[in-house]
Amino acid sequence: MRKLRVVIAKPGLDGHDRGAKVIARALRDAGMEVIYTGLRQTPEQIVSAALQEDADVIGLSILSGAHNHIAPKLMSLLKAQGMDDVLVLVGGIIPDVDVPKLHEVGVKGVFLPGTPMQAIIDFINSHVRARA
Amino acid sequence: MGATADTDRMRWQRETLEPALTKAPERAATFTTISGHPIHRLYTPEDLAALSAEADIAEPGRFPYTRGIHASGYAGKLWTMRQFAGFGTPQETNARYKALLAAGGTGLSVAFDLPTLMGRDPDHDLSLGEVGKCGVSIASLADMEALFEGIDLGAITTSMTINAPAAMIFAMYLVVAERQGVDWRQISGTIQNDILKEYIAQKEFIYPPRPSMRLVTDTFAFCTREVPRWNTISVSGYHIREAGATAIQELAFTLRDGIEYVQWGVEAGLDVDAFVPRISFFFNAHSDFFEEIAKYRAARRIWARVMRDRFGAKDERSWKLRFHTQTAGVSLTAQQPWNNVVRTAIQALSGVLGGTQSLHTNSLDEALALPTEEAATLALRTQQVLAFESGVTDHVDPFGGSYFVEALTREMEEGAIAYFDQIDAVGGMVAAIERGFPQNEIAEASYRLQQAIERREKTIVGVNDFVQREDTPIPTLYVDEQAAAAQLARLRDLRASRDQARVRGALDAMKAAAEGRDNLMPPILEAVRAYATLGEMCDALREVWGEYEEMAVI
Repeated sequence: MRKLRVVIAKPGLDGHDRGAKVIARALRDAGMEVIYTGLRQTPEQIVSAALQEDADVIGLSILSGAHNHIAPKLMSLLKAQGMDDVLVLVGGIIPDVDVPKLHEVGVKGVFLPGTPMQAIIDFINSHVRARA
Repeated sequence: MGATADTDRMRWQRETLEPALTKAPERAATFTTISGHPIHRLYTPEDLAALSAEADIAEPGRFPYTRGIHASGYAGKLWTMRQFAGFGTPQETNARYKALLAAGGTGLSVAFDLPTLMGRDPDHDLSLGEVGKCGVSIASLADMEALFEGIDLGAITTSMTINAPAAMIFAMYLVVAERQGVDWRQISGTIQNDILKEYIAQKEFIYPPRPSMRLVTDTFAFCTREVPRWNTISVSGYHIREAGATAIQELAFTLRDGIEYVQWGVEAGLDVDAFVPRISFFFNAHSDFFEEIAKYRAARRIWARVMRDRFGAKDERSWKLRFHTQTAGVSLTAQQPWNNVVRTAIQALSGVLGGTQSLHTNSLDEALALPTEEAATLALRTQQVLAFESGVTDHVDPFGGSYFVEALTREMEEGAIAYFDQIDAVGGMVAAIERGFPQNEIAEASYRLQQAIERREKTIVGVNDFVQREDTPIPTLYVDEQAAAAQLARLRDLRASRDQARVRGALDAMKAAAEGRDNLMPPILEAVRAYATLGEMCDALREVWGEYEEMAVI
């Protein structure tokens, strides 16, 4: 069986990569193929990485407060590429009032501080698209 | 220990402990600190056997300063209550500073937004959505003037958390002082200026490590001559710990960074005792109370010995490790946020009992957003309760001689020195960073802790135990896009009103200095006076030195 392929990306100008790295390791230990993009990736770079890697899932780690700019842009780029079946997740410091806005643009899961790694693994397994 | 020696401890174990354990077993087979460091059940005089009261512990104010750098501790002078703050426009932050000073704060601490930290102007593509969000936006001297409007730089001390563009931001501060008529020789404060921990943990770097180190040594040399009371660097373990390091890793990597700066300063031709006394440190105060106290005590002892023995420093001010402490942001939880007040109080107490020179206490809402004014005030009040009600300030180093704390201090020291040996073996900290060594050690430790939390071997109240289904929401600060709009307008006006030829000339002079060996501070100061923007100044050096990209490893 093909392993799930996950792109973990760190958009925004900040360098707080602890969460991204912990999640990347946890998903890898859960049997997924994890590609970590590194810091300060633009939405264009993330979509291009996801396309090249044939990703099933994109996980964005955002702690800078720029989620309202980054997520809509990323979602529209995915759509333009016909990749809107890729499961997109956001983790980080997201004010409560912004969570519905992220769901509205198509982000399926928003994970706030304190979320167990297992909850994210379970969410991916139950929401990822079925592949031929 | 000889086979015949039946010590008090052994008798106690046999006659008192074992029957007690039979009746009531302990909660766990082994105990460790939050860093995973093993802790024994009991510490006794035997644990102090390897330590010399005179050489290793000594009295406060005496080498190696394990018990503190001041003979009278806080009975003489309390720590500085320095609350880190900044958001939105310079004008908004200026108002917050005036409120903090009016509430009894004794020093300012500037938080800059991400574009500023990364040396980008508000109108750069990468600044989209980030202007004024995590701190105050400072794009030019005009913004720095607004930030300190009505605040006498001769009467306060200011700490500025700025690293990759530290030289440029510091130059802006100096020019504000100059225009207030305050002598540079009289002003005091700190620039963080610690680029090594950016590569290790915080990741807000611009240039490759080696030219970045030159910018740091240029500020050392400049301040030694022109701004003698300024703390030229705050070598920071805070971010290393926040990125997931253990207490020993925080201690080891921070002090080894300090050694690297001293080494580079010496190699640049500076006399050790001319610049080392202006180096200060910045540590985290995490949740494991005794481990933190031991860490601070060990830090002082290690630094004193390294400065005297490795670098031959003769001035005792070079031996004394002074440090700022901030409670652990990473320990704050979004769940049941009021619990954070308690965590912060305990962490702050460890910093005080560890002998910190200044302290920032986090606000209860910081796992959710930047703090509200009410939350920031409560955090300051926490320090005031410790300082004026708890009585812990009236005697020096109350844990000195504690079997446990002295043993743990020794273990912290040994752990740090073992890391020094590994880093020295690869050629120093810049070389170790280029190999990703500290970065990987921290990522490993961070993952181990997260696994321990998920297995519930470590408890986080309100997160993996004592969970409440519904939290009562607390008010949070929401930084909207108005700050960005205001900063963009200010920047447009600035670019339209300044002398462009003077700006271009100053930027060219910076590039020429970067290509050669002259100290960069004078041309940076000239560019600041010409109202060159931060982005323009940083770009001038990007053209000469290029930008750093780290290897992305997990």
